[in-house]
This record gives sequence, C-alpha cells and structure tokens, in this order.
Amino acid sequence: MLTGIWVYLAASPLLWLTVTLAVYLAGHWLFRRSGGRAFFNPVALAITLLVLILLLTGTPYSTYFKGAQFIHFLLGPATVALAIPLYLHWERVRQLFLPIVVGLLTGSITAILSAIGLAWLLGGSPRTLLSLVPKSVTTPVAMGIAEKIGGLPSLTAVIVILTGVAGAVAAPSLLNRLHIQDDAVKGMAIGVAAHGIGTARALQISSLAGAFAGLAIGLNALLTTLLAPLMVRLLHLTP
Amino acid sequence: MTGALTILLLFQLIGEVTVQLIGLPVPGPVVGMVLLFLSLRWRKALPDTLRATAETLLSHLSLLFIPAGAGVIQYGTLLADEWLALIAAMVLGTLITVAVTALVMQGVILIQHRMRQDG
Repeated sequence: MLTGIWVYLAASPLLWLTVTLAVYLAGHWLFRRSGGRAFFNPVALAITLLVLILLLTGTPYSTYFKGAQFIHFLLGPATVALAIPLYLHWERVRQLFLPIVVGLLTGSITAILSAIGLAWLLGGSPRTLLSLVPKSVTTPVAMGIAEKIGGLPSLTAVIVILTGVAGAVAAPSLLNRLHIQDDAVKGMAIGVAAHGIGTARALQISSLAGAFAGLAIGLNALLTTLLAPLMVRLLHLTP
Repeated sequence: MTGALTILLLFQLIGEVTVQLIGLPVPGPVVGMVLLFLSLRWRKALPDTLRATAETLLSHLSLLFIPAGAGVIQYGTLLADEWLALIAAMVLGTLITVAVTALVMQGVILIQHRMRQDG
C-alpha cells in the first residue's frame, strides 16, 4: 500500500516540485536560525538537504528533474525581469559607462583564466578544465558555452551553481576588506564573478547593487560567449 | 500579476525567436531582457504590476538554481577524483575575479574623477 503510493508520487512532478520549495524554505529557516551568517548560505543548505533526500530515497536525478523543471524554467523569465532594476538605475549605469566596460572586460577574462589556471595546476582533467571555462556565467548560457567548446554541460551547471554559492558567501566580506564602498562596484563585481546567485545576495545589499549585478549577468553572458571559444583555442585546450 | 508574467514570457519568447532567426551567439532570455529594457526606456514608464512581479521573482532568484544545483549527485566520482582542482577553481578563482573586477572598476572611477577635477 505505502510502496504503491510512493511509486505513484515519486514519478509525478508534484512531489519533487513540493520538495524543492520545502528545502528552499528550510534553507532560509536554517540561515535565519544561524543569525544570518554568510557561511550558512540558504541555497547551499537547500541543495545539501535535497541531495540527502534524493540519496536516501534512491531517486535518480532525471526523475527529480522531471518535477523540478518547472522551477528551473523560471530562470528564463527571471533573466528578462532583470530589465526592471536596470531601468530603475539607468542614470547611474550611464554615468559609469567606462568603468563598467573596463571592469567587465578584465573581470570576464580573469574569471576564465583563474578557473582553468588553478584547476590545471592542481591536476584537473581536460574535460574538467573545459567545463570550468564558463563558470561565472548564468546557468543556461554557461551550459550552451560548455557544449560548444567540448565541456560537459551538466557538469558545468553544477560548477556554475557552486561558484555562485562561493561568491555569495565570500564576496561581501572580501569587498569590505578591500574597502569598496560604492554599491554599484560591489554589485558589478559580484555579478561578474557569481551571476544569479551572487545577484540574489547583491539584492540584499541594496537595490542599486542588485541592478548592477543584474547588468553584469547579461553583459558577462554576452562577453564570455564570444571570449570562451577564442581563449580555448589560444590555450590549445582539447577534451 | 498575470499581465506582468505574460509580458516577461512574451519578451523571453521574442528573445528566443530573435536568437534563432539571426543565429546570435547569445541566449534568448538575455536578448529578451535587453528588448524589455529598451521598450521601457522608449515608453518612459514602468507599470506598477510589472515592477511588483519582477521584484517578487527576483527576490526568490536563488530558489530557481536549486534544481540544477542538485545535479551535483551525478558527479560523485568526478568530485572525489578532482575535488581539489574544482574547489580551488570555484572558490579561489571566484574570489580573485571579485577582487580584480571591483578594484579595476573602482580604479577607473577614481581616475575619471581626478581627470574631471583637473580639467
């Protein structure tokens, strides 16, 4: 009887959709209980809980994703929605045009080179190196880039998200230590390095930081799409 | 709310179709974002419902990454074999990127500021 219900539920989208929302709420609850410490990142907590649940119930990722894809799908409209903070803070963006362009260019190249450089030094396999190239770009775009240059798109998706969590956890205190006070600069740096998860964090700093992080996601997606194949060829990386 | 969601989906759709038609190397939603931004600038007005819906969606942005993040369970062996390289690239690489971007941008702002004061 119970197994029958389980078999039915485990195969329907409802269960995994609900579980995803529940672990998200649990992640936020734990984050608040910890006193809002950056180390207890709500996304990292939620993913850890979810992975434990999937492992304990022996659920394959593909079964889980069939249900959770409805949430994953919302990444598209959410990306479009970044036009709104951009519109609201356009005056500041226009004033900072040159700093944005120069910061973006150096940041984007640094993201690619630092990732493959460090992984190469520590013995990463060629496939891992290629999957790391678009690590600071927003998920759907990063997967497309990985496929084009010979990385593993699904591995890239995971790398992108862990990168975002790392950025969200550590970037604000690093920026304070560097004495960066301008929220526009903070948002831009977090957005270039840690895409949407960083932007979620930047939105907590201020709406202005969120707007610049959102702008950085879009610009970095464009730039890395163009830069990645070029740099892979220059560095003679092959899978 | 429904109207605002329709606007967001519509612009995503236009973005996806544009990318397919012209063969742009850019993702559809990013083109959708640019087009929505341009049309807001052109109309010089932001409907309250669109603003509220966008802000709600963006305040839960981190929820949307959970499904893809759980994909980490497919890579247990790879993570066990190459964890040091991956962690270094993801954590150190990201911190280096944050620092370089922030310092360069701050530096250019300072230089501009000084040039304006001098000139």
